[in-house]
Amino acid sequence: MTSRVVVAERVLRANDELAQGNRARLEAAAVFSLNVMASPGAGKTSLIERSIRGLSDRIRLAVIDGDLATSLDADRASAAGARAVQINTAGQCHLDAAMVGRGLDALDLTGVDLLIVENVGNLVCPVEFALGTHRNVLVASVPEGDDKPYKYPASYRGMDVVVLNKIDLLPHVPFDRARFRHGVEVLNPDVQILEMSCTTGEGLGAWLDWVVDQVEAHRALKEGRGGRA
Amino acid sequence: MHELSLAQHLLDLALEHAGRAGADRVTSLHLVVGELAPVEETCLAFYWDQISVDTPAAGSSVDVRRLPLQLTCQECGDAFEPAGESWSCPRCRSERVRLQGGDECYLDAIDVEVGPKVEAPA
Repeated sequence: MTSRVVVAERVLRANDELAQGNRARLEAAAVFSLNVMASPGAGKTSLIERSIRGLSDRIRLAVIDGDLATSLDADRASAAGARAVQINTAGQCHLDAAMVGRGLDALDLTGVDLLIVENVGNLVCPVEFALGTHRNVLVASVPEGDDKPYKYPASYRGMDVVVLNKIDLLPHVPFDRARFRHGVEVLNPDVQILEMSCTTGEGLGAWLDWVVDQVEAHRALKEGRGGRA
Repeated sequence: MHELSLAQHLLDLALEHAGRAGADRVTSLHLVVGELAPVEETCLAFYWDQISVDTPAAGSSVDVRRLPLQLTCQECGDAFEPAGESWSCPRCRSERVRLQGGDECYLDAIDVEVGPKVEAPA
């Protein structure tokens, strides 16, 4: 005889639980963390390099790099001065919480203030897989076109910050900023949109300030909770 | 491609609940997926057949119920499901709308059987 069992649970519940475990490890180490997502070529690695170099006097940074293959991105992050580990997903199109957990195993977080996780280049599904990181960052870029929020709504919906990179190319390619912004704001009214160029450095200061503010706010929250008094 | 991961998570979740209910087999899964969630049903079914083979869920079907996009107008408060490409409010034409639903992805229920498998009479 057939009977029905009510489940009513998120399909990715197991991943969510592993993500909570990652978050607890990060909290225990007093590390703030970002999950950086984008389509391939939008400038994730360039943004991370710029962040490492631009923050080196203020923040100690570590990077977990996700890619289908190669350690090219982790090599770039190391060369820029961060502790970096590479995760190869062997064909999988996103990072998941278990992979990031293994990345954390391989990373010495002592003294680290900020962990940046660079997701696999893909706008379809990475946002569905929670990693345990504190904030989601999406890097969009001018040459991709102003229609991407409309075409990849789920990715834009789950973001805390959208970086619009490669604004130095605005004079050369058709890109309607108002249309792009409108598409993002419909999906995500509270999101911050930061325009910049990792090539020229224009707009980079606002991004670095945002990162520093987030790290400091997290630290203040932790110290407040620690209850020294 | 991520449907392979979804299928694996779906199998783990279904077998966990079937085991807890003391069931021997899972015959169908009832999945609820919002319009915005990146789940391609044909692709999921393809991986499902491969991943569930030799498990108590072998031969089971995955039934997907799609939930529509739900928007709310920030000007007039109207709640609506957008028709076609436009997300403008159908009442006041405002483009200041907010997404309220349509990105769900959860396993609602499973159908299970207890006891030895009974073959259908010829």
